[in-house]
Amino acid sequence: MFKVNKTIEEINYKIKHGEAVVVNAEEMIDIVRKNGTVEAAKKVDVVTTGTFGTMCSSGALLNFGHTAPKIKAAKVWLNDVEAYGSLAAVDLYIGASAVKKGDPLNAVHPGRFEYGGGHVIEDLIARKPVRLVAEGYGTDCYPAKRIEMEIFIDDLREATLLNPRNAYQNYSVATNSTDKTIYTYMGVLKPRFSNATYSSAGQLSPLLNDPFYLTIGIGTRIFLGGGIGYVIWHGTQHNPNEERNERGVPKTGAGALAVLGNMKQMNADFIKGASILGYGVSLSVGLGIPIPILNEEIAFFSSVSDEEIDAYIFDYGHDYPLKIDNTYGLTNYKKLKSGFITINGKKVPTAPLSSYSGAIKISETLKQWILDKKFFLTKPSVSLPQSGDYEPLKYLKKYEKNL
Amino acid sequence: MISKKVVLRFPEEIADKPLVSDICKKFELTFNIMRANIFPRKEGILTLEISGEENSFNSGIQYLKDNSVSISFVEESINRDESSCYHCGFCVAVCPTEALIITDRKTMRVDLFKDRCIACGYCVNVCPVKAMSLPDEF
Ligand code: SF4
Ligand code: SF4
Repeated sequence: MFKVNKTIEEINYKIKHGEAVVVNAEEMIDIVRKNGTVEAAKKVDVVTTGTFGTMCSSGALLNFGHTAPKIKAAKVWLNDVEAYGSLAAVDLYIGASAVKKGDPLNAVHPGRFEYGGGHVIEDLIARKPVRLVAEGYGTDCYPAKRIEMEIFIDDLREATLLNPRNAYQNYSVATNSTDKTIYTYMGVLKPRFSNATYSSAGQLSPLLNDPFYLTIGIGTRIFLGGGIGYVIWHGTQHNPNEERNERGVPKTGAGALAVLGNMKQMNADFIKGASILGYGVSLSVGLGIPIPILNEEIAFFSSVSDEEIDAYIFDYGHDYPLKIDNTYGLTNYKKLKSGFITINGKKVPTAPLSSYSGAIKISETLKQWILDKKFFLTKPSVSLPQSGDYEPLKYLKKYEKNL
Repeated sequence: MISKKVVLRFPEEIADKPLVSDICKKFELTFNIMRANIFPRKEGILTLEISGEENSFNSGIQYLKDNSVSISFVEESINRDESSCYHCGFCVAVCPTEALIITDRKTMRVDLFKDRCIACGYCVNVCPVKAMSLPDEF
């Protein structure tokens, strides 16, 4: 069916022998424009992607080892941020958005949310000490009722970043129609459409370069927070059946990934606790995925550019909180990145919330890992839930017809 | 001719004195209001760009100080911790003077032009990783 047919094994063989051609998703755009999809697929073996933004639905699964006497921890706090302890005796899960005990929240609006789960995760990765307090009710086998200790990441039995929903395929553009400034997870939105924010790495973003999840699936090895991680499931709210454009790219959120990785290898340059004014605590996650260029269709998909990625504009002042289904039309990432978009005929300044320069750094780091033979590609063991809209070559043919 | 941005804090007792118009008349200075938070019978904060001859500028500033106004110069007071800034862009959405702005649309790095800053503090509050800071007096 395809003119080019490569396998992951062949690509890994090339990586091992220092012969693989690896480019990032930005570089791939020109390669495909100049050479066409077939030649590009022959030439390029791997396209690296990246994204670095605040991703709620993140957290860490920790095992702090048995104390003497032993405790069956029912309630746990790390630096006064409550974690979930009802897993076993000394396993816990700390969610990125948990807020420190006693935080005034939004009592004085907009709240600052100085410290929370995301910061605990960053502190652990930065190899700072974290104070652990645990309470149990005491059993014959686990008699202790309270422990307090300082923990370091290297002393933990296990420290796993386990994020149920990361790397949203695409995302909404946010603006505000109301008369007052609002403080949202999409940043500060000024009244009467005075600004707009967006949160995707666009042409570098992993799932925008593999819009039908042809290579990214369960078991895919990835860059996660400066270390190595894996895709373990589709992200919560993964919805492959969102509306797509003529290139097969969804115009809103759509796909997402659940990912996991060993925190002990991670680097605080790529995992940051985030305090979002008036909203809460979150975690900024650096994530990158290599796409094996197995055939010309995958070469085509991975060459998507900012102007070919659309995004809907939503009103976070009025419609979004009330769950009113209304949009202010479509824009694209080329316009968003230019600094201005048009809403209702008005020129509106834009600001990103996801670090594009961070995404470049991640895609370049991943490229270097592959060139250094430190990172090999994996074949997914199971595919992610697929869109009913996908047929092999359908979008590539449509695209070539319009050339 | 010099021109500097200053933040003036008027303690409650003097908040109703016309000190700013005084310095204009007495020392032939001109000013441009960049930001004002003044409440009757409360402390007031005024960010101005004051311009004039160097000698009169200094005398004007001294006059304000003699009248218990506390003064901070804005220039170079804003600071960004370059090791924690990851160029997300949250601050770009709120900076009123384009002191924080993306000029290179290819790398999308966020630039800081300290000379445009009026020390409003919006970026300090909004930066998710607390990379922006102003000295305490602001
Ligand atoms: S909000 Fe903070 S981290 Fe983001 S670009 Fe501005 S200064 Fe840098
Ligand atoms: S304090 Fe920050 S937001 Fe305000 S003008 Fe200066 S740089 Fe811009």
